[in-house]
Amino acid sequence: MNLVSVENVSIQYGANTVLSHVTLNISAGEIVTIVGPNGSGKTSLLRAIIGAVQPQKGRVTRGKDVRLGYVPQKLHIDPTLPMTVTRFLTLPRGASPSSINAALEQAGVPNLADAQMSRLSGGQFQRVLLARALIGKPQLLLLDEATQGLDQPGSAAFYRQIEAVRRDTGCAILMISHELHVVMSASDRVVCLNGHVCCEGTPEVVASAPEYRALFGSGTMGALALYRHDHDHHHHPHDHGHSHDTNHTEAAE
Amino acid sequence: MFDDFMMRASIAGIGVALAAAPLGCFVVWRRMAYFGDATAHAAILGVALSLALSISVFAGALVVALIMALTVNILTGRGYAMDTLLGVLAHSALAFGLVAVSFLSGIRIDLMAYLFGDILAVSQTDLMVIWGGAALVVALICWRWSALLTSTLNEDLAYACGIDPKREQLVLTLALAVTVAVAIKVVGVLLIAALLIIPAAAARPLSRTPEGMALVAAGIGSISAVTGLRAAYILDTPAGPSIVCVAAMMLFLIHF
Repeated sequence: MNLVSVENVSIQYGANTVLSHVTLNISAGEIVTIVGPNGSGKTSLLRAIIGAVQPQKGRVTRGKDVRLGYVPQKLHIDPTLPMTVTRFLTLPRGASPSSINAALEQAGVPNLADAQMSRLSGGQFQRVLLARALIGKPQLLLLDEATQGLDQPGSAAFYRQIEAVRRDTGCAILMISHELHVVMSASDRVVCLNGHVCCEGTPEVVASAPEYRALFGSGTMGALALYRHDHDHHHHPHDHGHSHDTNHTEAAE
Repeated sequence: MFDDFMMRASIAGIGVALAAAPLGCFVVWRRMAYFGDATAHAAILGVALSLALSISVFAGALVVALIMALTVNILTGRGYAMDTLLGVLAHSALAFGLVAVSFLSGIRIDLMAYLFGDILAVSQTDLMVIWGGAALVVALICWRWSALLTSTLNEDLAYACGIDPKREQLVLTLALAVTVAVAIKVVGVLLIAALLIIPAAAARPLSRTPEGMALVAAGIGSISAVTGLRAAYILDTPAGPSIVCVAAMMLFLIHF
């Protein structure tokens, strides 16, 4: 059964068509990555799935009572708004202290419950956003360029965390990323988007597809191979970006 | 105890401060300070119309403040630049209001009373309107609190939780219009925005959570109202501006 079906969706902003005739199904437990150049409609597609934009054509259907967890691309918290991590995690529906701790643990930042959001580092902030998305025990986790602003070791560590989350909770994951070489290896399926679906399939299929190469060139091929096997012997350091993550990222370059 | 005009004034001031505190926090968080100003300035047009039509000033101000707030809401949704829009609408509404008042021959209107408030002349009926309005605003904000807060953080985050941020914006707009209408008597249209923003801004360094900030702002607003009135009585200064002066001094003391 599909968690979300996007059927033949077209989205326009004024005269500007950002998506045309996009069809995409997400089923339980799979990791799907959407790649595409800037302005290819990746974020619009995600916003259509969470219900923030209404498509002009086609339709988006969510399975009955499917729980979504959403990690936005950017979250600017106005400095005038005081907010502890715990309070942030309980928005909007509240959460028990034990589920707050469990979500922070799962996101790899177990000791931040009492911190102010404004004091967090970029990596900690993204992980708190992830914890917030996890707190409702989602069946589908949506990530919109969730590693923006993180350095390469940081984003590599973040993606390994995502894989661990999928392994532990079995939730499906739909993510958008520019960082093709890091993301694609972790995906069951890659959808290459450029206003429409150019090509889709397993990472290997997409990486060798002529449509994909036309958009991105073939420069990421080697990195892709490197990243396919490096995630199962890592445990998840609480703080990203140090120690043994580094050599993999360098190898990817 | 409502016989004493100072007592009535204090209770009116506290009522407005309690409604303005949580609302003011949202005004600060969402950076819509000028939105409050625009709504308040438009209310003077409502005052003029209600005097011309012989309806209650509260009702006239409420209706025009609502129309103003909704207009701004709709136009910003269509991508007009917010600051220009507010500058145009706020000041033209104020200008039209002042001109409209001048047409009202026969009645002598103390315009100062509406621009700066006339809290010492609060009647028992006014008190009921003020507390009724304040209770409505506080109830509305409490009811929508979580949804409002989520929408304030991030609209897409709200959508993903099944909250419509546009509807929450509308709730805020309605609450603002009601607050403006009830606060006219207390601080007047020119200083309403001050009562919204200053207690909230003063509360910021003292708070760790949004709820804490709203409560502290309510406390600061209430203390300002009571102390400002007392000061105005002793020093023979205008009451509304005195309240705002006390709030501003509290903000200064807290920040430095």
